[in-house]
Amino acid sequence: MRNIQYREALREAMQEEMRTDDRIFLMGEEVAEYNGAYKVSQGMVEEFGARRIVDSPISETGFAGLGVGAAMYGLRPIIEFMSWSFCLVAADQIINNAPKMLYMSGGQFGCPAVFRGNNGAGGQLGSTHSWCVESMFSSVPGLKLAVPSTPRDAKGMLKAAIRDEDPVFYLESERMLGLGARGDKDFSRYLANGKWAPPSYEEDDNFVIEFGKADIKKPGADCTIVTAGRPVHFALDAAEELEKEGIDVEVIDVRTYRPLDIETIVNSVRKTNYCVVVDQSWPFASVASEIASQVYERCFDDLDNSIIRVNNDDVPAPYNRTMEQEMLPNARKIAEAVRSVTYNS
Amino acid sequence: MTETNLVETNSETTFMGSAAQDKAEVDTTSSQLSNDKLIEMLKSMMQIRRFEERTMQSYMQQKIGGFCHIYIGQEAVAVGSIGATKPDDPIVGAYRDHGLALARGMDPKYAMAEMFGKITGCAKGKGGSMHFFDKEHHMYGGHAIVGGQCPLGAGLAFAIQYEKKDNVVLCYFGDGAVNQGAFHEAFNLASIWNLPVIFVLENNSYSMGTHINRGTAMANDLRAKAEAYGMRYAECDGLDVLDVYTTFKREIDRTRNAANPQWERGIIPDYKREGAPVGPCFMNVKTYRYKGHSMSDPQKYRAKEEVEAKQELDPINRLVNHLIDNNIATQDQIDEFDKAAKAEAQAAVKFANESPEMPIEELFTDIYVNPYGPYKKGGLPQMLQGKDLE
Ligand SMILES: Cc1ncc(C[n+]2csc(CCOP(=O)(O)OP(=O)(O)O)c2C)c(N)n1
Repeated sequence: MRNIQYREALREAMQEEMRTDDRIFLMGEEVAEYNGAYKVSQGMVEEFGARRIVDSPISETGFAGLGVGAAMYGLRPIIEFMSWSFCLVAADQIINNAPKMLYMSGGQFGCPAVFRGNNGAGGQLGSTHSWCVESMFSSVPGLKLAVPSTPRDAKGMLKAAIRDEDPVFYLESERMLGLGARGDKDFSRYLANGKWAPPSYEEDDNFVIEFGKADIKKPGADCTIVTAGRPVHFALDAAEELEKEGIDVEVIDVRTYRPLDIETIVNSVRKTNYCVVVDQSWPFASVASEIASQVYERCFDDLDNSIIRVNNDDVPAPYNRTMEQEMLPNARKIAEAVRSVTYNS
Repeated sequence: MTETNLVETNSETTFMGSAAQDKAEVDTTSSQLSNDKLIEMLKSMMQIRRFEERTMQSYMQQKIGGFCHIYIGQEAVAVGSIGATKPDDPIVGAYRDHGLALARGMDPKYAMAEMFGKITGCAKGKGGSMHFFDKEHHMYGGHAIVGGQCPLGAGLAFAIQYEKKDNVVLCYFGDGAVNQGAFHEAFNLASIWNLPVIFVLENNSYSMGTHINRGTAMANDLRAKAEAYGMRYAECDGLDVLDVYTTFKREIDRTRNAANPQWERGIIPDYKREGAPVGPCFMNVKTYRYKGHSMSDPQKYRAKEEVEAKQELDPINRLVNHLIDNNIATQDQIDEFDKAAKAEAQAAVKFANESPEMPIEELFTDIYVNPYGPYKKGGLPQMLQGKDLE
């Protein structure tokens, strides 16, 4: 596998797509001359010019809505929110306009726009900058929600998102941008023992990861862990831990919350008979709640115990580092959940 | 809906050449317009007026549901401004959108059917009164969140500039929208990137029941809002269709010509230069709505005399006077046009009434262009549709 950083994967995805389709443009705060607040779009303005890499003023309602209008006309905007936490001021445009246009116009006007940016806590930024948006947006019909967890997925899913005819919310994580860099905690380490799914890296420009297809990041027989995004890594850490105790978990990365590949989840639970759902949004009415509910509806007779959810704690994200880490889902909490549902605690 | 309005709906008002004589004259400086164009605009205004009367009637008969905002009184704004566009210049507006759609050429049948919630409507009955869409006629929707369409107008203009087309966007909103953040953000973006968009304020003085003087700072000098963004400003009399037409023609031409040489964004136009033909424009059109804010508005906030005084300036009667006085049309011809407009509105109601009911499967269409994954069979997880995976 190529050793490519998560942020490079995002950049490559945008570059490759922009080279073949002039309708695609990137707009956001500091994306051009500053090279991106997190350097995701580094060098892109040199390659594509100011027509296509557009520095916008700090006005989320304005540029998110501009993206919707441009998409209705036929362009393919990529709108970068510096952080998804700032999308609340643009909520009208991204909840009321983007996903509903196709329906309200009786199929006449779609909105093929990608909204992307950093999501979730983990950098001691305090509660205004640490919001995890998935539970709010996954309930909106008309939106697609992509939550990539590895550099390979990040690239394949962003290319899929850009090619998609519908509005896609693409949730990255500031804490994952450096993932895959040499010496870093790299996804490839999970290949070490050979029996975990090898994510071979295609160089082909047409490498896309289709939405709605979950990825079994680690097969196992004893308990299903369902998750996506950054917590996939916590789940894999937990799996390593649990393996030492003889518990062989299956880690399912659902990759997209909408569409949700409930089929893969259900098939796994029917095999393992136990299920833990992990997501980094708040527990009340979370994505994990929805997935657990759907699994109950389908697998009631297959389950040998209740489903346990592992979420962020039900608090605004604190600044304090220890507290912040304690609030997040982590490997310890996931391992405990698995032990508890499988009666191994 | 009050009793008085009910009576009005059914009363047979006619457009008489003498009705508004000695009141207000239309702006005769605009008489360089061809007679055909003048008659076309009269017919278009009559079409909207008669359509709206039928709309009110159908609403009272509960054939139409939801909020319903009537355009009567404002016809000259839509007809004059859209009359000055090219047919493929995009337009986008607020929820008071019937007049815009008709002036743009939407068949009244599809407009009425939309409000009846029929599959034959201009948005398959999924939009309703406030959300008319018509791709064929480049009508990018009525939008019901106050101010929410302003960034969309900037986005359409952005796309036009991006694609190096020579179109101009007309983005309509009411005076209530002026106080929304979206309005100001869209103005700023349009100005810094010199986008080919005309922001059209249909200034009827009221946002629901709040008079503009109570809700908007600098209400008597809206030019300041444009100046704050270095944007061109113009105003016209929205009760005089010729004034609307000529003012829009002038400003649309300036916008069209201004945008072209400056395709590359980042070139800040020289606002200071006198009469610099820069792209975006803020157009304040002073108009008036005779009816309540919506069909449920008893209008306690304004005096009957105020409405009556404005009705003396009726934009349709004024054009009728002009045509008769200048021997462009006879009263008989006017009556014929009116008869045709009434018949067309009636036919629209008939069409809407007789259109088939919505097939319930339509509930699950048009949610995604490319649904895939387990959502393929509709918007809901198969689980919730009662289907099993195997
Ligand atoms: C964001 C938002 N707030 C409130 C409303 C409720 N509302 C609908 S129309 C309206 C008045 C707007 O008046 P104006 O912009 O002057 O347009 P007009 O009806 O005069 O054409 C209000 C408050 C809304 N639709 N959207």
